[in-house]
Amino acid sequence: MTPEIDRRGFLKCMAWAGTGVVWTVTGGLLSGCELGAGQPKASGHPTRDLYFVQVSDSHIGFRGPANQDVTGTFGLAIQQIAALPSQPAFVMHTGDLTHTSTADQFDTVKQMLGTIRAGSVFQVPGEHDAAAGDDKAYLAMFGAQSKGTGYYSFDVNGVHFLALVNSVATQGMGHLGADQLDWIRRDLAGLSSETPIVVFAHVPLFAMYPTWGWSTDDATQALGMMKRFAAVTCLNGHVHQVMSKVEGNVTFHTARATAFPQPAPGAAPNPGPLTVPSTQLHQALGITEARYTARNGRVAVIDDPLTP
Amino acid sequence: MVDLTANDRWIPAERRLVTRSVARYVSGRTIRSLLAATAAGVALTLSACGGSPQPAAAAAPPAPKSPPAPAVTASPVATTSVGIANFAFSPAAITVKAGSTVTWTNQDEDAHTVAIAGSPASQPLQNGDTFTHTFAQPGTYSYLCTIHPYMRGVVVVTAG
Repeated sequence: MTPEIDRRGFLKCMAWAGTGVVWTVTGGLLSGCELGAGQPKASGHPTRDLYFVQVSDSHIGFRGPANQDVTGTFGLAIQQIAALPSQPAFVMHTGDLTHTSTADQFDTVKQMLGTIRAGSVFQVPGEHDAAAGDDKAYLAMFGAQSKGTGYYSFDVNGVHFLALVNSVATQGMGHLGADQLDWIRRDLAGLSSETPIVVFAHVPLFAMYPTWGWSTDDATQALGMMKRFAAVTCLNGHVHQVMSKVEGNVTFHTARATAFPQPAPGAAPNPGPLTVPSTQLHQALGITEARYTARNGRVAVIDDPLTP
Repeated sequence: MVDLTANDRWIPAERRLVTRSVARYVSGRTIRSLLAATAAGVALTLSACGGSPQPAAAAAPPAPKSPPAPAVTASPVATTSVGIANFAFSPAAITVKAGSTVTWTNQDEDAHTVAIAGSPASQPLQNGDTFTHTFAQPGTYSYLCTIHPYMRGVVVVTAG
């Protein structure tokens, strides 16, 4: 894999700053930030700039007033990726590919994922991809190269990526489970503490709003294994809205869905689909661009609303 | 816990906190164990409704502090129809005679399932879809939605 590197153009376009939180106007919304709480990398560290994209919560098969055409909006997201100035090294779908896990829905989303313009396409499951408590259909379609419930890792340009599954056998919140925690421990064991770590999972790995299950009950065990790393970035979906949080060396960021928005924590009686005026729907959906910059060892993200 | 109710807004660095206590929420690993725990809780509740003294807390396993699994504390309603609305089963606790068939109807925009302890979960129910289950034997049957496991209910089946 040879990801494109276009740091100069990126810095020029985004007027990116070197440290701290940066607000960026994208499509009229405040939607961007530089992530990563670690120290700047030592010179000569063997990482290279990297550009990738996150999409999430396509919910293929959903029908309802919140979005009458989730296949269409996911298609728009794919078109938007194709129109990006640089082709991403990879695109990660952070779960809820389907709404009710039917064979037709999995077929549709797999075909659509196959049209994404990127070096590679990855995915992790959401709870809707094992809607009846059975993840066999997901694993049959996407689990060939993964372990256990569908987790795996990979490396690009010196950055180590963990693709975790915390949406199967949940108990009201996200759950990793002992087997996956053991695997994480082994997976990280041989890495230098200077290695940038990016973690993908469907459900937030921080206690965003446990009342609605927006948390992962054993996340602290996983994150405890990552304390020695300079910078850890956790990117998730599930909550259908943008939010960011920093704890020590770990930065958490949640992505918009491509299907429908959900209410802010506690802003509604339940976390069900939020119906917005049709003229505002695309602004409430989107994709997330992410760029790792070797110069400072940080991951910067831009949350782009969908452009019709 | 910081205020996270502001949608689409970055939390300023000085306010960024992460609740470190999520590990304490660890409980059983499977839906089955969850249902078993729920069943135990329901049994205690029903016992209390009948005026019996509740078992000492020390005899019970540590109560999970999260998810905020709403205990099914309402008195069981005699009905064979359960609605699924606003991410809740309503009524959450029902009672039927053995041999009765209970029907769940999803009135939500989102999909839900009905997973009864000891039985396969229903297929996901879209808006307007129904699921039926016949309870042949007396007992207390807890169930939940596998997509939203904090949604829970109970069916108390009495001898016909």
